[in-house]
Amino acid sequence: MSLQFSAQEIIETIRMVQMEKLDIRTITLGISLRDCAHPEIAIAASKAYDKICRLGGRLVRVGEEIEREYGIPIINKRVSVTPVAIIAESSREDSHVVFAKALDRAAREVGVNFLGGFSALVHKGMTRGDRVLIESIPEALAITERVCASVNVGTTRAGINMDAVAQMGRIVCETARRTASQDGIGCAKLVVFCNAVEDNPFMAGAFHGIGEPECVINVGVSGPGVVLAAIRDKADLDFGQLANEIKRTAFKVTRMGELVGRAASEKLGVPFGIVDVSLAPTPAQGDSVARILEAMGLERVGAHGSTAALALLNDAVKKGGAMASSHVGGLSGAFIPVSEDEGMIEAAQMGAITFDKLEAMTSVCSVGLDMIAIPGDTPPETIAAIIADEAAIGMINRKTTAVRVIPAPGKKPGDMVEFGGLLGRAPVMTLNAYSSSRFVARGGRIPAPLQALGN
Amino acid sequence: MVEKSTRVIVTVIGEDKVGIIANVSGVLASGGANIIDISQPTMREFFAMIMMVDLKTATLPFDEIKRQLNLKGEEMGLRIDAQHEDVFKYMHRI
Repeated sequence: MSLQFSAQEIIETIRMVQMEKLDIRTITLGISLRDCAHPEIAIAASKAYDKICRLGGRLVRVGEEIEREYGIPIINKRVSVTPVAIIAESSREDSHVVFAKALDRAAREVGVNFLGGFSALVHKGMTRGDRVLIESIPEALAITERVCASVNVGTTRAGINMDAVAQMGRIVCETARRTASQDGIGCAKLVVFCNAVEDNPFMAGAFHGIGEPECVINVGVSGPGVVLAAIRDKADLDFGQLANEIKRTAFKVTRMGELVGRAASEKLGVPFGIVDVSLAPTPAQGDSVARILEAMGLERVGAHGSTAALALLNDAVKKGGAMASSHVGGLSGAFIPVSEDEGMIEAAQMGAITFDKLEAMTSVCSVGLDMIAIPGDTPPETIAAIIADEAAIGMINRKTTAVRVIPAPGKKPGDMVEFGGLLGRAPVMTLNAYSSSRFVARGGRIPAPLQALGN
Repeated sequence: MVEKSTRVIVTVIGEDKVGIIANVSGVLASGGANIIDISQPTMREFFAMIMMVDLKTATLPFDEIKRQLNLKGEEMGLRIDAQHEDVFKYMHRI
C-alpha cells in the first residue's frame, strides 16, 4: 500500500496512547518577570499578574488545540516564572506573600493548575530578598492553591549553604503545620534543590532561570507505561538488549514531545526551549516507574539491585531521548516519587522499599527524594539533615537532586496520607531516630568539592 | 517555510462489522475530505482500518470532522479517531 507508514507503525502509536498511557505530561510556558521589579511590591505583583495573563492567556487553548489535532493527550499546561526573590526584593517589604497571591490569581486566570517560581537561589548565600521570600513560603503555600515554591541550597561549583539547609528544615515543618488540615499538603508544593536547572518544566520545582529568554515553551514528556510494555515479558534479554529496548522507546516518546513543542511554539509565537525526557509516573495503574524496575527482574522495587536497575533505566532514557530532539534539557531521566507511583506506594506499604534505599536510588535517578510522607513529629533538624544528605549526593555527582518530603501532621509510620489527584497517596515512612541537630547547628557552608581526582 | 501538510490519518479500531467503510467515508465525503488510501490490516488484538485523508478540499474544519467521526464511532461501538499525519511522521520517520 502507498501509505507513508506501515499499518504496524500506526497501530503502535495508537496503542501507546490508548493502552500504555503515552502522554505529554506538561507544556510549560516560562515567563521572565525581570521587568516587573518595583519598589512597591503591590505594583510589582500587579505587573507580574498582567504579564502572565498577557503572555499565558492562550496557553491552555493552544494546548487543547494540539491535543485534538494530534490526538496526543497533554495532561498539564503550566507556567514558570523568574525566581520571585529576584523580582520582589526591590521592595523593602517584610513579606512576599502578596506576590504569591498575585501569581495564584494569574494562574487561575490563565487556567493552569500550577505555577512555579516562588523561588530563591541561595546556594552561596542570601540577600535580604531571598531571606524574606523563604520566610514567606509557609504562608504563601497555605493561602494559595496553585503556586509552587523552590529553593536551591547547593551546587557543585558553590558547595552547600548549610545555613539555608537548616532554615529549610524549619520552613518545611512550618509549611506542614500551616496546612495540617490537609495532611501538610503545602509541602507537596515545595522543593529544596541542589544543582537546580533553569529550564525544568515539571512541578513543583519549575522556575524560569535568569539565563532564559523573555518567554519560552518547554515540554515534559512521560511514558512509564510505554517503557513497561516494551520490556515486559522479555526475560531473555541481556542488559545491553534491555537498554536498547528502552532507548528505542524513549526515542519515540521524545519525538512526540518535539512535535508538540514545535507546534506549541509556532502557535504561541514563543521560542521552543527544550524537551525534558522524563519518565514521570502517576498513581494510575500501568503508569509506574517501580513496575519497570520490577519488570527487569526484581521481586519488588527496593530489593537489592534496584539502584543498578534504575541506573540502567535512567541512562537509557537519556540516550534515547537525546537523539530524538534538537534540544533536550530540564531534568531528563526517571522520577521516583513515592506517592505518585502505584508500584512505589505498594512497595512502601509492604516495607519492600525504605527511606534509605530511596536515598541511594536518588544518586542515579533524575531528581531526588520525592513525595515521601514522613512522621509529623520529625524535628526540623532531621529534615535539614535529610536535605543536606541529598544535596551532598547532587553536589558530588554533578547532578540535580531535590527533597520534597511531607511531614504529615499527627501521622505515625505506617499511617496513610491521601493527597488526591496526581499527587496520590503514601504511607508514612520510618526515619532514623537518632539526632542530627548538633551537626545541622554548625552553620556556614560545606565547601565546593574537587572536580579532579574523581574517585 | 514548508506549507503544513493537510493530511490526517483516520483510524477505526474495534470489532469488525458491516458498513464501517461506508459510514466512515460518508462522514468524510459530507465534509469534503478526500480519501487517499485505505488499509485494513487485521491485527492480533483488534480489527483496524486505517485511512489517509486529505483535508485540502474539506468544507468543514478538522475539529468538526473529527467530532463527527468520534460520534459515528460511538454509534457503531467502535473507536474512530483522526490525527494529523505528523504524529506518525515524527514517531516513525526521521
